[in-house]
Amino acid sequence: MADARPIDATKTHVSLEHKHERPLVACRFDPTGRYVFFGAEDNLVQRFDLSAKTATPLAAHDSWVRALGCSPSGDVLYSGGYDGRLIFWPAADEKPRPARVIDAHQGWLRALAVSPGGEQIATCGNDNLVKLWDAADGKLVAQFAGHAAHVYNVAFHPAGKTLVSCDLKGVLKEWNWASGKHQRDLNAAEALYKYDTTFRADIGGARGLAFRGDGKQLAVGGITNVTNAFAGIGNAAVELLDMAEGKIVVQLEAKEKVNGLAWGVAYHPDGFWIGLTGGGGGGWLYFWKGEGFSEKTAIEFFKLKLPNDGRDLSLSPDKRQVAVAHADKTLRLYSLFEKTA
Amino acid sequence: MKCQYACHSADHLFSRRSLLGAAAGGAAAVASGLGGALAATPGVAEQIKRKHKRILNVFMHGGVSQLETWDPKPNTDTGGPFRAIATSVPGIHICELLPHTAKQMHHLAIVRSLNTKNQDHGKGQIEMVTGRNRMLGTDYPHLGAVAAKTLTPEGRFPLPGHILIRGGGGGTGQAAYLGPKYAAVVMEDGKPPAYTDRLASLSAEADARRSAFRAAASDRFAGRRRTADTDAYTFSYDQAADLLTQREVFDVAKEPAKDHDRYGKHEFGQHCLLARRLLEKDVPFVQINHSNYDTHFENFDFHIEQLGEFDLPFATLVADLAERGLLEDTLICVMSEFGRTPKINSRYGRDHWGTAWSVLLGGAGIQRGACIGKTNDNGTAVTEREVDHGHVFHTLLAGIGVDSKGEFDIGGRKFPVADPAKGPIKELLA
Repeated sequence: MADARPIDATKTHVSLEHKHERPLVACRFDPTGRYVFFGAEDNLVQRFDLSAKTATPLAAHDSWVRALGCSPSGDVLYSGGYDGRLIFWPAADEKPRPARVIDAHQGWLRALAVSPGGEQIATCGNDNLVKLWDAADGKLVAQFAGHAAHVYNVAFHPAGKTLVSCDLKGVLKEWNWASGKHQRDLNAAEALYKYDTTFRADIGGARGLAFRGDGKQLAVGGITNVTNAFAGIGNAAVELLDMAEGKIVVQLEAKEKVNGLAWGVAYHPDGFWIGLTGGGGGGWLYFWKGEGFSEKTAIEFFKLKLPNDGRDLSLSPDKRQVAVAHADKTLRLYSLFEKTA
Repeated sequence: MKCQYACHSADHLFSRRSLLGAAAGGAAAVASGLGGALAATPGVAEQIKRKHKRILNVFMHGGVSQLETWDPKPNTDTGGPFRAIATSVPGIHICELLPHTAKQMHHLAIVRSLNTKNQDHGKGQIEMVTGRNRMLGTDYPHLGAVAAKTLTPEGRFPLPGHILIRGGGGGTGQAAYLGPKYAAVVMEDGKPPAYTDRLASLSAEADARRSAFRAAASDRFAGRRRTADTDAYTFSYDQAADLLTQREVFDVAKEPAKDHDRYGKHEFGQHCLLARRLLEKDVPFVQINHSNYDTHFENFDFHIEQLGEFDLPFATLVADLAERGLLEDTLICVMSEFGRTPKINSRYGRDHWGTAWSVLLGGAGIQRGACIGKTNDNGTAVTEREVDHGHVFHTLLAGIGVDSKGEFDIGGRKFPVADPAKGPIKELLA
């Protein structure tokens, strides 16, 4: 029987912990809500069964796996690794073995996204490219060139025929995946990028990227106000874009600024954004709400200190839980409602 | 301080400028051989024999990760996300971030067993380039100063013997008791040494007359009241005058356009090309700084960026030196102040670590393709042939034919060339 407790983000609490042998780097709910898949610092993908509380390893990558996604039915898992490979897995097999292995990118494959209908998979990586793959046969459908830096993240627009990518320097591009062409450049998330002249290196990139359910807003998570790139001294922040205008309308930050990165961001249909941080200020979940595009200040109405740094976030299909991949070798589920006494 | 020039040997009786003038050009003089009292001076004769040896030192400021470079541990709890790749030496694998360097490994060698027992930047920088444990109140000469002193026939080389191409990162190239003439001439951001342009208002003829007058006055003064301080001043003037005439040596823009493309037009690429230019002119010691590797946060992203900048120009430089026959006499070292922790912190960073890390050597005097020392499976400890900065320093000098167990005689005082408690890594020497 479905849990009847109403969503109340201010009551968010840890509802499950699963220990792993290595620090986690990524996590993703499957669309059926049966599993949470996660990647760790061990080249494996784990399928964690939420009912049985057991994990099944999926071994085929040759590096860490930070990109995970599922077909809408949940039958197929897609994993992308720092080995540049995109792998298709039969998600529910007892002992899943790769159904398809694609050498997708030169260098790291940093992120992937599955189109709303499940026909396409978009990937991006350190070859500065965004690529589109046919989910049925794994063939390359389109290749989008135009970024001049590593592409950190990619997301499909939930309603239209476009996808958005963001690179290290905060450059945001929208691509028409039906025509295979560049559609427009969005307002760059410049606040999420800096060249640190002391250390002579770039810091930035979209660590989290997510559309609002209606596709009218796009959230880009990262780090801003960087004063020391190599120590990670900067503040976690989320840039919120109005997709009609293609412009940033508000920067979501913690009321009390927190050192670190916004590693994950998700929109909850009850009308609030969830942000996950990890870094010098530790792990936090932030909850922001706002009334519209014109509003320049979004309200942080709740925050939750996490036991450890967060590295990735996934909202459950029923929108009642978030999974967080933690650096302390733990997958945690946080329920967005009141804990039972 | 009055200088103790008790020996009154010939090389102390004339200024460098006078000698160069008498021999009708410094390089020509060396090439044609110098007779009489000079050649009879054993130390000088030995140095002349070594005149073409050189050292190229690349200093990776901040502490480059040994796991992301020379001692990868893929798929271990400390190994990080990168894979190991084969090199041109069968059996030696390095990190996949260095594909171009991997192809030059037959010219190079790895020492994987440094334990320098230090996690402090300043201390590590000093100790690696002096080969000594830092002692407050005691200064030791930089490797470059030692190389310049031992490889440059005193007063006979028309270019600075110790050049630091500084592109980020610190370091002054101190000469300590060897004297200021062996301190680094710094090329800040690869630019020619400061004030080496003759003023536009001063004609070449007037400048020559002025210099000749100054040299004559200086020689006259030196005949009766010579001190270490006046020597240093004279040397500085002479060196500055040499630099004025040789300024083009420092101008990397004079290199062919295709080489700029091969090395890359970014800072480190240009500095490597400049280093090639300087080494071709027989500058005995060139150090390039590459900055920065102090990656407490996002170690892997930053190593992709920094090593992505390092790999191709460095490998191109090694290949060019080999192809041009210069590697036989040029010893290469890639060092850092320390390595980075095997443990990956919660921010994907690695912290300071001097317990088990690596340096790269190659070229002159080094057994190429060697891999000395070992660490354990996840790189947390040295398990075989533990060495430190002292051993590396000795090895670098031994590689270019310097008796690292010898002594400098500075004004009658004996100073060991290198830490007398240490010695070269003999199995690494060719």
